[in-house]
Amino acid sequence: MNEHDVHTDPGAITELTDAAAHQRTEVAQDGSAAGYKARRTLRVGVELQRQVRRRRTQFVLGFLVLLPFILALSFEIGQSDPNRRTGGFVDLATASGINFVVLTLFVSGSFLLPMIVALFFGDTIASEASWSSLKYLLAAPIPRHRLLRQKAMASGILSVFALALLPAVALGVGVAWYGAGEVVSPTGEAAPFADGVLGMALAVCYIAINLFWVAGLALFLSVITDAPLGAVGGTVLVSIVSQILDQIEPLGDLRNYLPTHYAMAWADLLSTDVDWSEMTRGTFSALVYGGIFTLLAARRFKTKDITS
Amino acid sequence: MSRLSRIRGRWSIPAAVVVLALIAGGVYFTRSGDDPAPVTFREAIIDAPEGPDSPQTVNIETRLYLPQQTPAPAIMLAHGFGGSLRSVHTQAEEFARRGFVVLTWSARGFGRSTGQIALNSLDREVRDAQKLLDFLGTRDEVQKDSGGDPRVGVTGASYGGALSLLLAGVDKRVDTLVPVITYNDLAQSLLPNSALATPRSDATPAATAFGEDGIFKRSWAGIFFSAGMTSIDLSSPTGEAPEMGQTESNQPAVQQPPAGGSGAQGQQPPTPSLGACGRFRPEVCTAYTEVATTGRASQQTLDLLRKSSPVAVTDRISQPTMLVQGEQDTLFGLDQSDATARQIAAAGGKVKMVWYAGGHDGGNPGTSLRGEIADWMAFHLQGRGTDPGTGFEYAVQGAFRSSGTPSLRTVVAPAYPGLSPGSSAERRTLKLNGREQVAVNPAGGNPAAISNLPGLGSALSRSSAISSRLSIDLPGQAAVFTSDALESQLLLTGSSTVRLRVARGDQTSGEAILFAKLYDVAADGSRVLPGSAVAPFRVALPPDGSAAEVTVTLPPAVRPVESEHKLALVVSTTDQAFANAEQPAAYRISLASDEISVPVVSGRNVTTGFPTGALWGIVVALLVLIGAGVVAMFRRRLAHDSDPDLAGVPLVISNLTKSYPGGLTAVKDLSFRVEHGQVLGLLGPNGAGKTTTLRMVMGLIHPSEGHIRVFGHKVTPGAPVLSRIGSFVEGSGFLPHLSGAANLRLYWAATGRPLEEAHVEEALEIAGLGDAVHRRVRTYSQGMRQRLAIAQAMLGLPDLLILDEPTNGLDPPQIHQMREVLRRYAAAGRTVLVSSHLLAEVEQTCSHVVVMHKGQLVAAGEVADIAAGGGEATFRVDAPAKAADVLRGLEGVHDVHEDEDAVHASLNGVPRAAALSALVAAGVAVDQAGPRRRLEDAFLELVGE
Repeated sequence: MNEHDVHTDPGAITELTDAAAHQRTEVAQDGSAAGYKARRTLRVGVELQRQVRRRRTQFVLGFLVLLPFILALSFEIGQSDPNRRTGGFVDLATASGINFVVLTLFVSGSFLLPMIVALFFGDTIASEASWSSLKYLLAAPIPRHRLLRQKAMASGILSVFALALLPAVALGVGVAWYGAGEVVSPTGEAAPFADGVLGMALAVCYIAINLFWVAGLALFLSVITDAPLGAVGGTVLVSIVSQILDQIEPLGDLRNYLPTHYAMAWADLLSTDVDWSEMTRGTFSALVYGGIFTLLAARRFKTKDITS
Repeated sequence: MSRLSRIRGRWSIPAAVVVLALIAGGVYFTRSGDDPAPVTFREAIIDAPEGPDSPQTVNIETRLYLPQQTPAPAIMLAHGFGGSLRSVHTQAEEFARRGFVVLTWSARGFGRSTGQIALNSLDREVRDAQKLLDFLGTRDEVQKDSGGDPRVGVTGASYGGALSLLLAGVDKRVDTLVPVITYNDLAQSLLPNSALATPRSDATPAATAFGEDGIFKRSWAGIFFSAGMTSIDLSSPTGEAPEMGQTESNQPAVQQPPAGGSGAQGQQPPTPSLGACGRFRPEVCTAYTEVATTGRASQQTLDLLRKSSPVAVTDRISQPTMLVQGEQDTLFGLDQSDATARQIAAAGGKVKMVWYAGGHDGGNPGTSLRGEIADWMAFHLQGRGTDPGTGFEYAVQGAFRSSGTPSLRTVVAPAYPGLSPGSSAERRTLKLNGREQVAVNPAGGNPAAISNLPGLGSALSRSSAISSRLSIDLPGQAAVFTSDALESQLLLTGSSTVRLRVARGDQTSGEAILFAKLYDVAADGSRVLPGSAVAPFRVALPPDGSAAEVTVTLPPAVRPVESEHKLALVVSTTDQAFANAEQPAAYRISLASDEISVPVVSGRNVTTGFPTGALWGIVVALLVLIGAGVVAMFRRRLAHDSDPDLAGVPLVISNLTKSYPGGLTAVKDLSFRVEHGQVLGLLGPNGAGKTTTLRMVMGLIHPSEGHIRVFGHKVTPGAPVLSRIGSFVEGSGFLPHLSGAANLRLYWAATGRPLEEAHVEEALEIAGLGDAVHRRVRTYSQGMRQRLAIAQAMLGLPDLLILDEPTNGLDPPQIHQMREVLRRYAAAGRTVLVSSHLLAEVEQTCSHVVVMHKGQLVAAGEVADIAAGGGEATFRVDAPAKAADVLRGLEGVHDVHEDEDAVHASLNGVPRAAALSALVAAGVAVDQAGPRRRLEDAFLELVGE
C-alpha cells in the first residue's frame, strides 16, 4: 500500500468547514436532526444489501442450489431401481420430481435447514458486534427494538428465501431427471403432480413456521454473545441435543416438549387424507419456543450495555 | 431504577435457574397428576354350584376394586379366553379411578378358579356370574337400585364380552353392558358360511349370510381351544389398537403384557389332570375333537355352540348396550356385532355401535376407547356426562403419517343403519368385469392361499400395511373379477355382496368350498386385503353340471378405496386358515350378475385430528407476542424527556455514575458541560473512564446514576437527539466485506436520513483514502480505518462531534491535519468533544479541557486558564535557592518555592520579563522562563501513580 495516496487535501478541510458553516441543522420536536425519522432507519432493503453482499450468504445460497444436483448425481452414480413404487423416502426419490423434492427436504430437514436459519439469525447481531459496527448503528441512532426487528426481518426473508430455494431447485432438477409424474407416498398412495406441488409448498410453509424456534433461539444467543460462531453453533447444538433426546424412547410423552419433535410433521402432507394434528402441535410448539426466545432477545438487547 | 437493574443483573442467572426449575416442576407435577392414588382391591373366593343340580361347588377367585368414594355403581369386568382376573387388572384400576366399584373374577377353568370350562354355558359360567351379582348386592360399597339389586354394568372383551351379553340376557339386575370384540354365534364364528342361495333382507351394513353348514375356521379354532388347554393365551389380542391423534411413541409405553400369558401362568397351581381335554368339560372337548378331525359339525355340536352364544339370549336384552367390535378381526368379525345389534334392537334395546381399528388381529381398545367405555358406564350408571347416544362410530385407517403409525380418523353416523324399522344402509353398485374362470382345488387342499395368520396377526398387524399385503393367491386356484377404476373415493363400510354362479369343472365334486376376498387394488397393481378377512362359502353343485347361483356376502371391512383404485373380487379354492376341501376338483366360476353392492355409511369426521388445544395455544401465543410488542411501544413513547432551557447546550452531564455488578466503578459522580463552539478535550490516563463516559453519551451504556442531556434532551438508548451527534469511539466499525465508500453509503442509508444531508464526498475527502476507498475495508491499514471512521462520524455534519483518541495510529502529519480539521470544524459553528490521554494533544487541539482520573472529575476549564494557572511562573535556573531569594525580594511576588532545578512564584502582576531581568542581574543563569504548567503537574502526578 502506498501511504502517499492517503492524505487529506487542505482544500478538503475548507470544503467541509464551508459546508458546515452553510448548513444549519434543522431540529425536529423530538430533538433529532430534521431529516431523521426513527421509522426510516435501517430499512429492510438496506439491511438485505448489507447481508447479501456477504460471502457466507452467497455461499449458503449457492450450496442450496448445488445440493439437489449433488443428490441427483449420487442417484445417477449409485445403483438405483428407477420408478420404484414402494419403500421409504430414499427408495422413492426417483419415482417423480416431487418425490425428489420430498427426499431433498427429508435429508436436509434435520440438520441443514436449522443450521441455515441459525446462521442467518445467530450471525446477524453478533457479527455486527464482532465488527464493532453495532455501536455506530445504535448511535446513528437506530432504536434498539427497531434494529433487532429489522435485522430479524431481513434474516427471516433470507431464511424463507433459502427454504424456498432448496425445494424449488430440487423440483426443477427432479422434473428434469425424473419427470413430472405422480407423487408416491411410502404407503404406495399416489397423488397427481399438481397436488404434490401444493403439498410441497405447504410443507415449506410449515418448515418455515416450525423453524421459528431456531430463529428465536439464534437471535437470543446472537444478542447475548459477541461471537457469531457462539450464537450459530449454540443454536445448532441445542437442535442436535433435542433431536438426540427425541430418539430416547423411554422419555415417552416428555419428548413432545422437545422443540424438534414435530420437525418432520410436514410429511403428513404427503397423504391424500391430510392429518393436520401433528402440524398444528408443531406450529404451537414452535410459536411458544420462538416467542419466548424472541421476547428474551428483545428484553436482553434493550437493557444490554454495548461494549464491543 | 438503577439499583433495581443492578439487582436484576446480579440475580438474573439464579432467577433463570429458578424459573427453569419451576417449569420442570410444573411439567413433573402435571405428569405425576396422571398417576392418581393407587386403587386398593380385596380378593375373595366365592363358591358357586358346579352345575344346575350338582351338590359340588367350584371356587371362583374374585377381586373387588374400591374407588375413593363409596357407595358407587359397580362394573363387572370379565376376562378373555385363556386369561384370568389378573389380565384385566389395569383396566379394572382405570374404572376404579373413574369412581366405580369393579369386580373381576377368573371364570371357571381359568386362573385359580376351579371347575371346567363350559364355554359360557348358561347353566355354569352365567350362573357363576349371577352368583357374583348376588355378592355385589350384599356389599355396602355398591350402590343399589333396590334391595339386592346392585347398580351394575358388565363389560369384557372376547369371551368376557359374550358373558356380558349372556348375563344381561338372563339377569335384569344388569343395568348396562359393553361387550367388546365378541361373538354373536360361536357356531357362525368358527364355522362360517357366507353364501345363501336366496339373499337375506337384512338392512344393516355388515350383515353376512350366516348360512348353515359352514367351513371350519381351523387355525383360529385351534388357537382358541389350546388357550383353554394350556391357559396360554394366543387368542386375545396383545397391545393396543392405534387411535386417532396417537403417535407411534405411545405404543410401546402403554403396551400391556400378553393377557394371561406367562406371568399369569407362573402364578397358577399346576393343573392336576391335563388330559387330552385339558380343563374343558367333556362335551366341549368332544365337540371340538369332532369338528377338528372331520372339518364339519354335527347338529349336537352346533346346538352346544349356539346355546353358549349370546344369540340364545339377545332377544331378551333391553338394557342400553354399547357394542365395540374390531376392524382387524378375523376371529369375531364385524358381522358378529352386526347380528347382535340387530337382535338387541329387535328386542327393544338401545344400541350404540363402535368399530375401532383393532380386534383379535389388531390390538385391544386403546386409552381413548377405554375412556369412551368408561364414559358410557358413567352416563348409564352414575348419570354423569353427556349422553353417549346410540350412534355409530367407525375408525378409518388412512395412509402414512410422519410418526410411523397409520393415520386414523373416526367417522360418526347418527345411528347404525338398518336397526330402526325402515332404515337401511346405503349401497353403491359397481360393475365387475370378468368372464367365467376355472379354479382348481389341489388334493388335500394344499398348497393353500394365505389371507391372514391368526394369533400372529396381532403382532403382524401392528403394521397394517404388512398384514394386508401378506395375502397370497395361488395361480390356477382363483377366479378374479375386477371393477373399473374408481372415479372418486369410495369408503367401504360393511360387507359387500355379490352374486356368483358356480358349476362343476369336472365330474368329481358334489359341492364346492370357496373363499371370496375383496381386494383394494391401487393403480400400480399393489393390492390390499382390508382386514385380512376372507368369506368362506359352501355351494352344493347340481350333478348335471349346471351352475348353482349364490349370493356371497364378503367380509365386512372399513376401507377408503381411493380414486383410480379398483376393487378386485377373488374367489379361491383354498385358504390356509380354514379346513379346505380334501378332494381335488375344478370349478367354473362366473358372475351371475356383473354388479357388486358396496355398503357405505355416511357420517361426519370426528377430527380430534385438529387439536383445538394447540389451536388455542397458537392464538394465545400470538396474542401474547403482539401484546408484548404493544406494551413495549407504549413504554418507549413515555420515555421521552427534554429540558428546553438547555436546548442550546450541546452536552450536559450531571452526576453521572457507572458501576458494574462486580463492584467496579468506571465513572463516579461526573458532571461537566460542553458549550456551543467549544473543542473540549476529555483528558485522563488510560482507564480514567473517558470511553465509558462517551459510550454513555452515545446511549450505548446505561448509566447507573445521573443523566446526560444533549441539546436539552435526555439521552436514552436510541434517543432521536443522538442523530445530532457524530461519533467515533474506541476503534472503527466497518463491514469488512464492503469497500470504504460502500460502508459510508450503507451506514448513511441505515440512518434513514436524506442523502443530500450526508456530504459523503466531503467526508471521504477528509478521509483522503484516494483509490483505496473502493477496496474492501478488510485490506485497510489501522490508520486508514481510523480516517474512514472519523469521516463516518462527520457524515451529516453533526452538531456535536465526539471523537475518542482520534489521533491514535495516525502519523505526525496526519495528526497535524486532524487538529486542523477539528479546530476549523468547531469554528464553523459546531462543537467537538475529543478524548485523549496525551496532554500535548489536548493542549494543541482543544479550547477547553476536562481532566478525569479514576472515573472522577479532577479539573475543568479553558485550556489556557488551567495551563497558565493564573499569574504563576516557573524559572528553570542553575541555583534555585539563590533565585528564590531574588524573587522574594521583588515587590508583589509571593508564594515562592523552589525544587531541584526550578523556582516557582506567583508574580501577581509583576511582568515575567522584569522578574527575569532581576534574576539575570543577580547572576542567576536562567535556562527557561514560562508560565507554571499546573495542568502538566497534575496530569503527571496522576499518570505517575
